[in-house]
Amino acid sequence: MAVPAKILEINGDLAKVDFGGGVMREVNIMLVDARVGDYVLVHAGYAIQVLDEKEAEETLMLWREIIEIEDAGAP
Amino acid sequence: MTEERRFRDPVLADRIAEKIRSVAPKNDIIKICHVCGTHEWTISHYGIRSLLPKNVEVIAGPGCPVCIVPAAEIDEAVNLALKGVTIACFGDVLRVPGSEISLLDAKARGADVTVVYSAMDAVRMAKRNPGKDLVFFAIGFETTVPSTAVEVIKKPPKNFSFLISHRLIPPAMEFMLGIGDLHIDAFIAPGHVSTIIGLEPYEIFPKVYRMPTIIAGFEPLDILIAIYMALKQISERKAILENEYKRAVTWNGNIKAKALINRTFRVVNGAWRGLGRLPDSALKLIDDFIEYDAREKYGIKIERGRDILPGCQCHLVIIGKIKPTECPLFMKACTPQKPIGSCMVSSEGTCRIWARNMPL
Ligand code: SF4
Repeated sequence: MAVPAKILEINGDLAKVDFGGGVMREVNIMLVDARVGDYVLVHAGYAIQVLDEKEAEETLMLWREIIEIEDAGAP
Repeated sequence: MTEERRFRDPVLADRIAEKIRSVAPKNDIIKICHVCGTHEWTISHYGIRSLLPKNVEVIAGPGCPVCIVPAAEIDEAVNLALKGVTIACFGDVLRVPGSEISLLDAKARGADVTVVYSAMDAVRMAKRNPGKDLVFFAIGFETTVPSTAVEVIKKPPKNFSFLISHRLIPPAMEFMLGIGDLHIDAFIAPGHVSTIIGLEPYEIFPKVYRMPTIIAGFEPLDILIAIYMALKQISERKAILENEYKRAVTWNGNIKAKALINRTFRVVNGAWRGLGRLPDSALKLIDDFIEYDAREKYGIKIERGRDILPGCQCHLVIIGKIKPTECPLFMKACTPQKPIGSCMVSSEGTCRIWARNMPL
């Protein structure tokens, strides 16, 4: 299971991240190009991907569109 | 900010569920197969199956990395532990049954078995205890492999080695399609594995097997939309690869992680609990790193073990052939407190997830 967390501080290959609700942890960020403020997916102590905020917004927009356009076309 | 909670919006969920009902074929039985313990958790926890038409079934394939570790490999770890080697493993692995005993049983007999949160923690432990021989039991799918690769490349201390039990997801999906009487109509592919491997390894499913394949994230809306996308493809008689989880998965996946994996591992055949050996589904350290391979270092390779205890149906639950509730032992002889099979041990196991989310 991988969980999103926000990067608070970077020290070399390690970063302090916030999982929300005050849960902080040190994770290894060698597998990603992440900056402070980025959201990363953390799995077993390693950040495995940076979450793309633009794509997240677009995905939600696309879903709303799917629902609305097709609703408009429905009888 | 990235607010994964946005992907739990109940109003939107209802609307998508309506869409699902409108696009789903009316009579044919449709089986959508996912291969991820976390997908099963979301589906069960949010009651997603209850939102679907009766003829649309979502089944759980071999997506729990702990459940599919074969007994022989647990036996290898137990064997090392009883020889006096310290075993560091993820918490879920402790109670997974070996042929005779689990790592927890070995611990009760005085073996040194310790739970770690990451491979990095295991290496740190070895560094702090140079007099102790320590083996990290490296299980997991492509999501976890890169973390092992990182520690291999960094050359851990001499008293440290890895018992590698990693497995690969696409070969397991191919195996699922070979099971004659399962009749899968579409795949929901695991988002976390895909953040690493990208989309490319799934191309064979639509191209060769004509199987609609959707990479999905882990929030309830991700799964609902993925089901909608699968049903839409099925109703339009299409078979394409679609990516619902664009916020985390790109075509190429995590290039850094893939490069590290290629520098440290080669692909070999591997046994899956209850399923037998699947071609090209496991990893072995390449010769340059052989000194870190615990099987070589201690000569403890075990080929065969007893995967399934009498009465347990894990081999059928793991491939989604039966539901946990169809196992006669479910919540009778086998409970999360006293698990019998690996599917009830791991928090990603289908039996355990169903036990925890059963309506009272
Ligand atoms: S309920 Fe227990 S015994 Fe039955 S299949 Fe699941 S793990 Fe095995």
